[in-house]
Amino acid sequence: MIAFILQRLMQSVLVVFAMSVIVFVGVYAIGNPIDVLIDPGATQSIRDALIERYGLDQPLWRQYFTFVTNVAQGDLGRSMVYNVPVTSLIFSRLPATLELVFVAMFLATALGVPLGIWAGYKPDSFSSKAIMALSILGFSVPTFWIGMLLIMGFAVNLGWLPSGGRGLVAEFLGFRTSLTSAEGWSHVLLPAINLSLFKMGLMIRLTRAGMVEAMRADYVKFARAQGLSEREVVFGHVLRNISIPIVTVFGLELGSTLAFAVVTESVFNWPGVGKLIIDSILQLDRPVMVSYLVMVVILFVLINLVVDIVYARLDPRVRLKGEE
Amino acid sequence: MSAAIEVAGLTTQFETRAGIVTAVNDVSFSVGRGRILGLVGESGSGKSVTGFSILGLVDPPGRVSGGQVLVAGTDLRGLTPEAMRKMRGKAVSMVFQDPMMTLNPVLRVGDQMARAVRAHDRVSTRAAWDRARAALEVVGIPAAAERLHAYPHQLSGGMRQRVAIAIAILHQPAVLIADEPTTALDVSIQGQILAEVRRLADDTGTAIVWITHDLAVVSSLADDICVMYAGRIVERGPAEAVIARPLHPYTRGLMDSVPARHEPGKPLPQIPGSTPSLLNLPSGCPFRNRCPRASDLCTTDPPEVGTATHSARCHHPLGDA
Ligand SMILES: Nc1ncnc2c1ncn2[C@@H]1O[C@H](COP(=O)(O)OP(=O)(O)O)[C@@H](O)[C@H]1O
Ligand code: SF4
Ligand SMILES: [Mg+2]
Repeated sequence: MIAFILQRLMQSVLVVFAMSVIVFVGVYAIGNPIDVLIDPGATQSIRDALIERYGLDQPLWRQYFTFVTNVAQGDLGRSMVYNVPVTSLIFSRLPATLELVFVAMFLATALGVPLGIWAGYKPDSFSSKAIMALSILGFSVPTFWIGMLLIMGFAVNLGWLPSGGRGLVAEFLGFRTSLTSAEGWSHVLLPAINLSLFKMGLMIRLTRAGMVEAMRADYVKFARAQGLSEREVVFGHVLRNISIPIVTVFGLELGSTLAFAVVTESVFNWPGVGKLIIDSILQLDRPVMVSYLVMVVILFVLINLVVDIVYARLDPRVRLKGEE
Repeated sequence: MSAAIEVAGLTTQFETRAGIVTAVNDVSFSVGRGRILGLVGESGSGKSVTGFSILGLVDPPGRVSGGQVLVAGTDLRGLTPEAMRKMRGKAVSMVFQDPMMTLNPVLRVGDQMARAVRAHDRVSTRAAWDRARAALEVVGIPAAAERLHAYPHQLSGGMRQRVAIAIAILHQPAVLIADEPTTALDVSIQGQILAEVRRLADDTGTAIVWITHDLAVVSSLADDICVMYAGRIVERGPAEAVIARPLHPYTRGLMDSVPARHEPGKPLPQIPGSTPSLLNLPSGCPFRNRCPRASDLCTTDPPEVGTATHSARCHHPLGDA
């Protein structure tokens, strides 16, 4: 196990390194931030001073080298737009995204998996067909469109929930979260539902597919022949088998949602990292873009590592590389 | 002596798109305590479906449409689903052909067994594991306590099938249906398991229905034999009698195609043709377009011939010229 983790961490370092080069070069190819940042009427000397301050006159490899050296010392640079350290910028936005994503993933899993189990257990029943039809809607209707419908319905017409923004924020276990107050929840609910619908559709279909296949397996018939109740057959025998793909997709979805909750955050004006990255792309705020993307890569690598470990726990046939 | 299980007129049909398939057609037999009945027939003759029908586990679109299954005086077919569940594993158990597939790949052996124990008895997990270990010892598994912690993929095919049998006999069922449990195993393992099963029947009085396509296996194991063809039982009788003096031409054909009984060097005779589709069986005797003795008479339903103990359904049974 330890050997496996070490091996994976080493691979990860390589992946992160390669990705940082790609991101760095890619971002520098998009355009020159000076053109966006500076008032076109500024004098040439102000221009030159700024260019020198950001090191933009250096060759690319040098800029990259400086960037990596700084990162190694824990310094991701300063935002060109806000003129604050990138780290504090990202970390000030992260809690908002985290809480939104966790509520959304919780909804998607806590509702999607049981619905999928039912739809796979009784695939021919009317309720199962209704569930499947809804799940198709869940991931074929665009997120921004559903988001706007939710706002129209629950905020504008019914007036039950606020239409956007983040509610009351309080300190909880060192985290700044809005999940400790009813007012905070009322703000989280709509964007979280919006964000969860696609994932819920995915969870339903994935769980159902696994369920339908597993219910045909010999071990299910054998379990029934032992006199196990249907509940024990499904929850004791089948669920464990189908949880393997569910965990994998859960991990991948968690990562991509954390990184790219952009659409929902924009529609609901949610002050998370998704909005931050969109703004920084529009303003060509290079340090923010680069640092953010590198952090996303690290996040994915970590989530994959955790998924692999959970995988091996769930499926005894999987041996982690590096184990005896 | 009353029978441990008595099956009468059991009929199971599948409603397929192409028509209704009668996979089990008016099947009747009984097995006494501690006796072993061999249910023999080519693949597709309806042996497995017979077993599933007894347990009430026929998958849709199949349905048991008639007959009785009496176990300890109760007709299983009249039970509610919950009452039927309580009979499974407790009064009637079943093991399947492929030991690679019948155990749950992600649960430890002991865990699966403990769940099976607790399906019928409200005992602690600990007590359930103890019973599981004892059951493994009964079927001759060495180092049973360690095996409990193994996952199925860590065991050999023979071991897995023993585990499956151990699970099936956890509650000392009156009847054990064994659906070709040794077909996937090599011959020496098969022999060991057959010996264990024979001992089990003798020691515990469990009645065993041993399903196989291999007449050689049952000839050494079973007390009685039923030969099945196209969903019907075409010959029945004590094992020695059926083997020594088969009445039905189909039984004869099965015996001739057993390698061990055959002179080496000569090509192994096979029954010509193959199992007919159950959707368009010939009228009269379903075997008639493969039968060397067929005559015009065989287009009508064949009568039951022979004695009260050894009989067949045939117009021209063997040994009576
Ligand atoms: N799910 C099913 N749908 C339709 N027909 C089936 C199904 N299962 C079994 N049958 C029919 O029942 C017949 C007997 O099958 P089976 O009992 O498995 O044979 P055996 O065990 O003797 O090899 C098959 O030939 C097939 O026609
Ligand atoms: S009834 Fe006729 S066709 Fe059928 S087995 Fe007997 S002889 Fe052959
Ligand atoms: Mg079969």
